[in-house]
Amino acid sequence: MTPDLGPSQRGLIAREVIPFVLFAAFAVIPLAAAFGAESYLLSLVTRVMIFAIAAISLDLILGYGALVSFGHAAFLGIGAYAVGMLGAHGIKDAAVQLPAALGAAAVFALITGALSLRTKGVYFIMITLAFGQMAFFLAVSLAAYGGDDGMTLSGRTKLLGVDWIKKDRHFYYVTLGLLIAVYVLCRSLVVSRFGRVIRGARENPQRMEAIGFSLFRYQLAIYVIAGTLCGLAGFLLANQTEFVSPAYMTWQRSGDLIVMVVLGGLGSLHGAVIGAAAFLLLEEWLSGFTEHWKLIFGPFLVLVVLFARGGLMGALERLGLKGGSK
Amino acid sequence: MSLTLLYVQTLNGLQLGVLLFLIAAGLTLVFGVMDFINLAHGVQYMIGAYLTAMFTAMTGNFFLGLAMALPSALIFGLLLEFLIFRHLYQRDHLDQVLATFGIILTLNQAVKVIWGAAPLSVPIPDVLNGSIKLMDGLLYPVYRLAIIGSGLAIAVLLGILVAKTRIGMLVRAGAANAPMVSALGVDIGKLFMIVFGFGAMLAGFAGAMVAPILSVEPGMGDNLLILTFVVIVIGGIGSIRGAFVAAILVGLVDTLGRSFGPGLLRAVMDPSAASQTGRALAPMLIYILMAAVLFFRPAGLFPAKK
Repeated sequence: MTPDLGPSQRGLIAREVIPFVLFAAFAVIPLAAAFGAESYLLSLVTRVMIFAIAAISLDLILGYGALVSFGHAAFLGIGAYAVGMLGAHGIKDAAVQLPAALGAAAVFALITGALSLRTKGVYFIMITLAFGQMAFFLAVSLAAYGGDDGMTLSGRTKLLGVDWIKKDRHFYYVTLGLLIAVYVLCRSLVVSRFGRVIRGARENPQRMEAIGFSLFRYQLAIYVIAGTLCGLAGFLLANQTEFVSPAYMTWQRSGDLIVMVVLGGLGSLHGAVIGAAAFLLLEEWLSGFTEHWKLIFGPFLVLVVLFARGGLMGALERLGLKGGSK
Repeated sequence: MSLTLLYVQTLNGLQLGVLLFLIAAGLTLVFGVMDFINLAHGVQYMIGAYLTAMFTAMTGNFFLGLAMALPSALIFGLLLEFLIFRHLYQRDHLDQVLATFGIILTLNQAVKVIWGAAPLSVPIPDVLNGSIKLMDGLLYPVYRLAIIGSGLAIAVLLGILVAKTRIGMLVRAGAANAPMVSALGVDIGKLFMIVFGFGAMLAGFAGAMVAPILSVEPGMGDNLLILTFVVIVIGGIGSIRGAFVAAILVGLVDTLGRSFGPGLLRAVMDPSAASQTGRALAPMLIYILMAAVLFFRPAGLFPAKK
């Protein structure tokens, strides 16, 4: 980074260039994949993009709202179960499944959010964790839909009778399109007046209340939006794996999502995409060495928290600044 | 018959409640005094169980094993505090959540590497083996009664310790207003280390006590930890009394709900639908209870901070 860039220009680079490069890279990966292990690469990167959607949605409340939600995986599971349960009754069209997945996630977010947002700090973390666990146990007890073992889908969702995502390559581009749409939606959300209120509440809630904003409503709205978008990720995840199980909403999965957002850097949206990619690729890479990869990843996480504040992007920025000041 | 079952399940619920209290007691004080969220507290419970299993196998005696496991669990807890937690008190909650999450991942896996993924079992000590006849047609295992008894005894001792002694007074004061206590010249760091070590040992004790009746396996503390969170949210952060009341409440509601919920529903709907709904609803009961408490008392039943 050249040193004569002003802060506004640097912000421009972060907001416009990095996401553009990211999405362009996603767009050309299938072309490169055609020369090598296509199906492996496609499914890995599709998974990255699905979790990127989930991580972006979490970044809305965690990064911009400073609300540490530890139950975000529940929305992933709810979206996935909407696909699985409707599919089990023969309803396989996205025209029904998608609204159902988003609607169910939104309703769950509305109810649990309204209760959780009455509290703050440590309470909020514990309550979202508990509600996430509640959703998990509910899924486990659904014996008709596979209970603990989950259920296999009989095929991917159709769109008005058309097999729109049956081929992995089609599914890849649909996922990429949705990822970009979610990113653009969230970007315009955080720069809007609504987004400024949310960020204001993060910086100084008392002052925002004093100006006359009812923060509860704003925070509930962003919580519901985030939950709904994560339901979309769940819809895609169920379709990709063609399998649904309670494992999608374990509390460890919620922890993974937080790790993704923090690794990539809080409150930047594209950081969540980078974090999701870094997390999943690291997992893939480390588990290639040893089945005990968590023995490496766990201490790595602790060290990142203790010594590298601001995540990977923060570390990169610090390196960049050091390079610039020479 | 049904009445006997009610008694048995009440005792089982009481046993779960006592265990939850042992884990929640340390955790609620750690939250209260330092405003520190420690997800890795459930790991202490697991470590307690594994150490007991190991030392019992080495010595061939459960009580010797327990006597060796407790100080080891204490030292382990203090070591974690010294190496990692101490550096997190001034950080925000998100950092604390992440770091302690990392510790859980590490230790769950480490336990798997050291002791294997298969569950370990610990024999029930001979003295406490067998069942006792509490009333006509009601046999209850002695060991489970011993868990309830020792848990209640510790609850009473802890209550006296917190309510009557100088250190207890400082802990209560710390939970209500830590900066003020520090300003009055109390070494809050040292106070916290004592609280933390004590809490770690209590959780380890809970793990040790269940080792003979549950399977000792990696990740065994995780689900219990979340139940403990429910307990703390209901009871109010920083309150030992709240933790006790809420722990017993959660233990009873969960156990009784699971065994009698479907039966009660059968009175109002047809049997197959009742057992379906009942099984789905029973695990959710405590969360609904938590939501209800929060709705009326957002800071829990007995909040320490005013």
